[in-house]
Amino acid sequence: MNFEFKVLGGDFVRAGNASSQVKKILKQLNVDASIIKRIVVALYEGEVNIVAHAYSGVIKVNIDTERILLMLDDSGPGIPDIGLAMQPGFSTASPIVREMGFGAGMGLPNIKDNSDEFSISSEVGKGTHLEILVNLKVT
Amino acid sequence: MKLEELVGHVGGNVICCKEGLNKEVEYAFASDLMSDVLTLKNENLVLITGLANIQAVRTAEMSDLSAIIFVRNKRVSEDMIRLAQENGIVLIEYPGTMFRLSGMLYNLGVKPVY
Repeated sequence: MNFEFKVLGGDFVRAGNASSQVKKILKQLNVDASIIKRIVVALYEGEVNIVAHAYSGVIKVNIDTERILLMLDDSGPGIPDIGLAMQPGFSTASPIVREMGFGAGMGLPNIKDNSDEFSISSEVGKGTHLEILVNLKVT
Repeated sequence: MKLEELVGHVGGNVICCKEGLNKEVEYAFASDLMSDVLTLKNENLVLITGLANIQAVRTAEMSDLSAIIFVRNKRVSEDMIRLAQENGIVLIEYPGTMFRLSGMLYNLGVKPVY
């Protein structure tokens, strides 16, 4: 099953719409609630990151019986030092993003924490690519 | 403790989703930072916040929170109510400070997350 969602940079009113849709789909598929929470928290963090830092982005979701794969691609400034961005507490968020309740530097570490497999790559001046894989079976 | 019982003790104005007042409350977390809220794993958790915007409700949706209590007399908007209704999240406005409400809930036996 494949789904695709577009995300607009700076649009905090709609930030979370894609994650909300994915949560509804996973509920319909009777995925365990604790696994749904890990998936949608990771996805929501990623979606907010696109809204907070990029100009636009696309979220692609691939679901099969075993696992869900989330691919987040954005067009944006990119991340110069991924190691630094992965450190809890490091953030380059603007005051507007902080007013929305984000920008504490917990997003990327929290995405990794909620994933079974996580990868990130980025090119400065172009954008950032995230892959989040979560197994759907309770182990 | 049921959410209804908690509201009975501390006061506050239940703005929406009264049907959720029968939910159990075991933990509370007080923060204006949704980034921190999203790191929590606990169930039966109520969020105490002064951040009255749509993302507070979104965060509650993603984290499976049963209720949000907005402190410092912050007002809940129509957008927030709509999103809360879609997800069955109880929204409560409370006129006092975060510190006052946290103290009251602690005395009632609601547990901190850590």
